[in-house]
Amino acid sequence: MLHILLAPAAYQQIPARGYGDLLIYRQSCSCLALIQLCRRAQVSKAQPFKIHFILLFSRQGKLRLQKWYTTLPDKEKKKIIREIVQIILSRNQKTSSFVDWKDLKLVYKRYASLYFCCAIEDQDNELLTLEVVHRYVELLDRYFGNVCELDIIFNFEKAYFILDEFIIGGEVQETSKRSAVKAIEDSDMLQETVEEYMNKPAF
Amino acid sequence: ADLRGPTSRQPVRRTAQAPARTPGPGRGGGGGGGGGDGMRGLAVFISDIRNCKSKEAEIKRINKELANIRSKFKGDKALDGYSKKKYVCKLLFIFLLGHDIDFGHMEAVNLLSSNRYTEKQIGYLFISVLVNSNSELIRLINNAIKNDLASRNPTFMGLALHCIANVGSREMAEAFAGEIPKILVAGDTMDSVKQSAALCLLRLYRTSPDLVPMGDWTSRVVHLLNDQHLGVVTAATSLITTLAQKNPEEFKTSVSLAVSRLSRIVTSASTDLQDYTYYFVPAPWLSVKLLRLLQCYPPPEDPAVRGRLTECLETILNKAQEPPKSKKVQHSNAKNAVLFEAISLIIHHDSEPNLLVRACNQLGQFLQHRETNLRYLALESMCTLASSEFSHEAVKTHIETVINALKTERDVSVRQRAVDLLYAMCDRSNAQQIVAEMLNYLETADYSIREEIVLKVAILAEKYAVDYTWYVDTILNLIRIAGDYVSEEVWYRVIQIVINRDDVQGYAAKTVFEALQAPACHENLVKVGGYILGEFGNLIAGDPRSSPLIQFNLLHSKFHLCSVPTRALLLSTYIKFVNLFPEIKTTIQDVLRSDSQLKNADVELQQRAVEYLRLSTIASTDILATVLEEMPPFPERESSILAKLKKKKGPGTVTDLEEIKKERSSDMNGSAEPTSVNSTPSPSADLLGLGAAPLTNSAPPPSSSGSLLVDVFSDSASAVAPLAPGSDDNFARFVCKNNGVLFENQLLQIGLKSEFRQNLGRMFIFYGNKTSTQFLNFTPTQFLCLNLQTKPVDPTVDGGAQVQQVVNIECVSDFMEAPILNIQFRYGGTFQNLSVKLPITLNKFFQPTEMSSQDFFQRWKQLSNPKQEVQNIFKAKHPMDAEITKAKIIGFGSALLEEVDPNPANFVGAGIIHTKTTQIGCLLRLEPNLQAQMYRLTLRTSKEAVSQRLCELLSEQF
Repeated sequence: MLHILLAPAAYQQIPARGYGDLLIYRQSCSCLALIQLCRRAQVSKAQPFKIHFILLFSRQGKLRLQKWYTTLPDKEKKKIIREIVQIILSRNQKTSSFVDWKDLKLVYKRYASLYFCCAIEDQDNELLTLEVVHRYVELLDRYFGNVCELDIIFNFEKAYFILDEFIIGGEVQETSKRSAVKAIEDSDMLQETVEEYMNKPAF
Repeated sequence: ADLRGPTSRQPVRRTAQAPARTPGPGRGGGGGGGGGDGMRGLAVFISDIRNCKSKEAEIKRINKELANIRSKFKGDKALDGYSKKKYVCKLLFIFLLGHDIDFGHMEAVNLLSSNRYTEKQIGYLFISVLVNSNSELIRLINNAIKNDLASRNPTFMGLALHCIANVGSREMAEAFAGEIPKILVAGDTMDSVKQSAALCLLRLYRTSPDLVPMGDWTSRVVHLLNDQHLGVVTAATSLITTLAQKNPEEFKTSVSLAVSRLSRIVTSASTDLQDYTYYFVPAPWLSVKLLRLLQCYPPPEDPAVRGRLTECLETILNKAQEPPKSKKVQHSNAKNAVLFEAISLIIHHDSEPNLLVRACNQLGQFLQHRETNLRYLALESMCTLASSEFSHEAVKTHIETVINALKTERDVSVRQRAVDLLYAMCDRSNAQQIVAEMLNYLETADYSIREEIVLKVAILAEKYAVDYTWYVDTILNLIRIAGDYVSEEVWYRVIQIVINRDDVQGYAAKTVFEALQAPACHENLVKVGGYILGEFGNLIAGDPRSSPLIQFNLLHSKFHLCSVPTRALLLSTYIKFVNLFPEIKTTIQDVLRSDSQLKNADVELQQRAVEYLRLSTIASTDILATVLEEMPPFPERESSILAKLKKKKGPGTVTDLEEIKKERSSDMNGSAEPTSVNSTPSPSADLLGLGAAPLTNSAPPPSSSGSLLVDVFSDSASAVAPLAPGSDDNFARFVCKNNGVLFENQLLQIGLKSEFRQNLGRMFIFYGNKTSTQFLNFTPTQFLCLNLQTKPVDPTVDGGAQVQQVVNIECVSDFMEAPILNIQFRYGGTFQNLSVKLPITLNKFFQPTEMSSQDFFQRWKQLSNPKQEVQNIFKAKHPMDAEITKAKIIGFGSALLEEVDPNPANFVGAGIIHTKTTQIGCLLRLEPNLQAQMYRLTLRTSKEAVSQRLCELLSEQF
């Protein structure tokens, strides 16, 4: 419609373009575009229970344990840890134990000086995740006898082993406290017997 | 325990020295100090690090240690297992502190083949934490794992399985996906190994489903649900759930097993399950997993299983009302975890109104609970409940509580859930209140959720606008309150709507003009204002307070503060003004001619100024008027399809038309309801419904008789399959609800989501391929009797994939027959052809009308012509529950009028059926007779055919 205009020669090389603002999305005139933008569209249910990762950190923000059940590059992990520690430490006491974070949900609880934080899928069972954390604390407690932050610092490898007995691939494996602790104590026994055997004087 | 007590403020008692305390029970017996297993060197190192005063000191200490370890590893002297373990453990510690580790992997792999348990264990730990999937070492690691799996030592097997699950790479899957199922179902495998194997397999299936072969083992896995060991059942349930999602057919038998397992758990006494009872709650983890598994399937078909499941769900709901068995938060958490999962299942099934309403009441109690967590979860769960037809009304009763939560909750997570719920429970009846509350909240809302609230308000305002002036006000308010968060889509949309609705244009012009008076207004407002005044400024120019010059000066006063795109838009507005208001042409030309425009550094602005100036100078008034004419209405989305539809309609369809008509009339003749008191409707009434549906208002009526369009998307004439068996039952279920599964067989699932407003509707049809094979030439076709507009779907549907089709619906006049959906596709060489009725029924175009008792009976009397009344007496097919009946009448679409009928047991409803051409008022009265288990349903409307049809539809529901 603008062919009647004699545009100055200098502008000839400018590629043809429409006056976009006049057209305002002529192709897609629908409220749907807005609805699609809305982040919290209904997601299909029935994802099985899965924890994506577990972090333990102190009130000072020091990471004490990290367990990942999804494969991510190290750089990404570090970024996530920084972000999450900051989010959770900035929340005050009276708030709920749940935080939306990206597509996931963080479920956390503080025990004395330590925060235990699990990232689960949006549709997962939050309350039960809190109890996963609690059961883990109970297992630590049972093993260390009155566990404290320092136990986890100095025996970090044990903390990992106990977690492995309890959760595999983000799924709860053994919910019975007795069985889980027994598995760990058994392996401690095993280590003692094998080691004792190997360390026996040769004569 | 020091870690117990959720919010204990007391610091951990011991200080930063190495812990001096007696070893605990399991602590490596031989070792002194604190480092387990006697790694004194490690404990010392950790203490050193903790004593470092600064980051620099820490790094220095670490570098020293790394150098030490490196030299040890490289040294001539072969290290013994203990030293290797110690150094690998130190490396691990350093890595976990956040430092990079680039050596030691080989030593760790060496540890794997040690026959000392602790050494092996540390080796595996290092591998799981530090070896990424594409490492060269994978082959060596796999070898060690293979040996351990074959060792038949359950502890070693456990370690190996944990490692596979922790790494979970594709290489691992390639190496072990074949082996693990065997371990899992072998008769002599220890329980603990079975548990690890199940979850390990699950992890591999998640990363590489193609590598996990289905086979004989799958049926045996299902039977693990019957295992005596609850730990095995727990682990197996997770695996089965994931497998069942992808292969629902193969794992179908898990449903009845899961139900009976669940039933045994929920009915057990709290001590029956011994160690699997958690704070007096029997096996909460397993219960939740079983409920999750059941969410992979529709409600069980077998009535016995279904009944048993309903009993379980009722028991869980009942338990929520019992006094707690313990004051501990663990007890209530575990109990409520099961309850919430049960509610999820109830919502997923969406078939038991009674359970849905109970669930809603239970959540309603939680909304006011003193525990923040429960309030949060109740809000979240209610959100999904709001989308069920049966419980939408029940959810709505909590609106005040939710609004209050928005105002008073101190936690942003909870407030966000409240916003979500308000959005979900919004409908025409409460839209104004909800939008107002959201706008209110927006003023103080957290920045993180503002954009989302803006979108939600914009959607609700449009969706439920009766009065578009309200819509315009709402959007302008949005821009005023949270202009930065109003995205392009939102302000584009308001302009589209204003242009398409001429009844609101003058109001919009006036309102933006007033809003622009504010000394500081958001740039988005300038955009909307500029655009609207450019189009419709003439509508308010008669008022001397908003004369053309004033309008122009107002806009131009904002010009210099705006960004380039906005200025470009304003220039377009100015040239539009030249056409609208010739009297200010010279003023505008002066502005365009100024150096700041003609010589603007921005090419876009400069070009517009130059072109517009020339246009205004040389073009005649006629040309100006043509070029700068008001924008034509925006086409609604499917318009291009509509054009296609018109074009394709050609010869060859007529024969099909005849066929359909034959089928329809035969169908109709046979459709005399056995229970119906009245005679079948006259064919002419039916034809009226069919015939009165021209394709579009602008298109010429089709030349063939009737206006059915057949197979508009494919040129091949195709036979129509008879209606799929069972589809009538499903059809009846959709009369009172809008969403759900319409059809399902072994290959295909068809789900629906639909919404209706006045005489318009939109339906989303989801076609899910349940197989693992592609469907080819997939062609769903709707046979039209209403005005339907659809888009063709992609002709191939991948295995496991779902495609969506949107159907826009317009009710042109009242109608009897539902449209038929015919689907044809190729599956593995065979041609599939099936038809189902689309549940678009006349009552979908109902708008409820509230009225007083007096009004009701007055109108009732006015409709006393015998042709206007249709009555049906029939036997109840479902339990006669007043609450469910109410929900159904509301779901049917009419208003439920309370305290109108003198007999409180009766139900009375009123509403208006909207068609394009007319509106038909409808009154209905349902009289239950509990003793006889009968109902009498009376419909009175101004049109016989409508009374008849509504009566038929509603009679089927009780």
